[in-house]
Amino acid sequence: MTAVTQPGPSTRFVCRSYMAVVLAPEPPLVDWVTGIEDRIRGAGRFLVGSPVVLDLSAVKLSQSAIAHLVAELDQRGVRVMGLENTDPASTGGGLPPLVRPSRGAPTMLDLAETPATKAQAPPKPATPPKPSTLLLDQPVRSGQSIFFPDGDVTVLGSVGSGAELVAGGSIHVYGTLRGRAMAGSNGNPRARIFCSKIEAELLAIDGYYMTAETMDKSLRERAVQAWLEGNQLKITALD
Amino acid sequence: MAKVVVVTSGKGGVGKTTTTAALGAALAQCGQNVVVIDFDVGLRNLDLVMGAERRVVYDFINVTQGVAKLSQALIRDKRLDRLALLPASQTRDKDALTEEGVLSVITPLRKMFDWVICDSPAGIERGATLAMRFADEAIIVTNPEVSSVRDSDRIIGILDSKTVKAERGERVAKHLLVTRYDQARAARGEMLTIEDVLDILSTPLLGIVPESQEVLRASNLGAPVTFNNPNSGPARAYFDAARRLMGEDVEMTIPADKQGLFGKLFGRRAA
Repeated sequence: MTAVTQPGPSTRFVCRSYMAVVLAPEPPLVDWVTGIEDRIRGAGRFLVGSPVVLDLSAVKLSQSAIAHLVAELDQRGVRVMGLENTDPASTGGGLPPLVRPSRGAPTMLDLAETPATKAQAPPKPATPPKPSTLLLDQPVRSGQSIFFPDGDVTVLGSVGSGAELVAGGSIHVYGTLRGRAMAGSNGNPRARIFCSKIEAELLAIDGYYMTAETMDKSLRERAVQAWLEGNQLKITALD
Repeated sequence: MAKVVVVTSGKGGVGKTTTTAALGAALAQCGQNVVVIDFDVGLRNLDLVMGAERRVVYDFINVTQGVAKLSQALIRDKRLDRLALLPASQTRDKDALTEEGVLSVITPLRKMFDWVICDSPAGIERGATLAMRFADEAIIVTNPEVSSVRDSDRIIGILDSKTVKAERGERVAKHLLVTRYDQARAARGEMLTIEDVLDILSTPLLGIVPESQEVLRASNLGAPVTFNNPNSGPARAYFDAARRLMGEDVEMTIPADKQGLFGKLFGRRAA
């Protein structure tokens, strides 16, 4: 174990998961809203004031229709914090943001085509247990973003400058890490980052990050691991 | 059936058009039937480098919109009739290209030629993505410097996600062509070495084209460098690349401008 670097004052950005009630409106909407109203009057008081996500997969609504629906629910004390399964184009404005279920399938999106990310119909039938590791057997190219909140990400190849890996668990790169790696993004301080050669632009674990500038120069181009000790990100050579 | 090859890079000014012209000509000089297509609608250059700028009557967009027949727009090279050019429109912009339009041109060209070489515009927008859309193979042109290499990395990612082949779950065969390479400067650490570039891009090397005055001279004369001076370093590098593209096993060298025995042998064959 050699050269443990001390980063400067850390700034923290954190991803956290929250529980929310998901409501799935069904056509006709007027009847559905009335139904919600009845529910609140009955035993559904828990809906009032608690965070709610609207799953819009069963209905096709324009931006103004969504705004109207959110306002209607707000009048009844139901606070919508996010939208799910709708066209990204129809959100925006003053509407709650589009959210993705964190237990969803691993998503790999090209940053340039984010607006085109398809709203996948949620597969409801019993699915086999989600894999806890995402294995990529090709290099991750500049501009690609790998987002896998369910566990570890392993890359057999390099991660290009300008590419991004976000994992709920640890990150393993069997190649040169030139882009950004963010491990433990769901609030896992025990996640680590390993790579066979480091030239990374940014490393982060559980929100604590370190940029290339603050990394110890003597570690560059070496095999390293990074972990979190308290609220400090530490890096050490593996060879 | 022809192979559709896209010549792409992401970054501008690295030598896509020079490469399209030189490689297209080299393949034709090796006996292949070749068409080169300019996808740079609005900023066409390939016609100039091929020396056909005065012969353009109809263009790519005219054909896609049904104004002209494909046979009317194709320009046969005066030096070698196995080589043809489909020029871009200079008066339109990239929005004039549609996926259906491109397919309607590439499909008949596949039947008429052995090689369809698409000269992509710079960038990653419509023109560039349509140029690669139907490609079977891609030549990624890279200069030995960091910005060009990173842009190439980005383009490779796009080749793996936005082409018809990628969407079908197949892979576009990718070849790396390093242009404007200066061995002396690389040795002094003033530019990336071939090893650095290959390490970053992890893509098989098609060839190394040396930095040379011959390239600019040929462009200004309106001739692909393989026609203008077949013994020059760049021309020999392009001949080697063309033979590798045809599946031959050619030893990787960086041909210099000096005329060696190898150049003499090749010059005679290419003349």
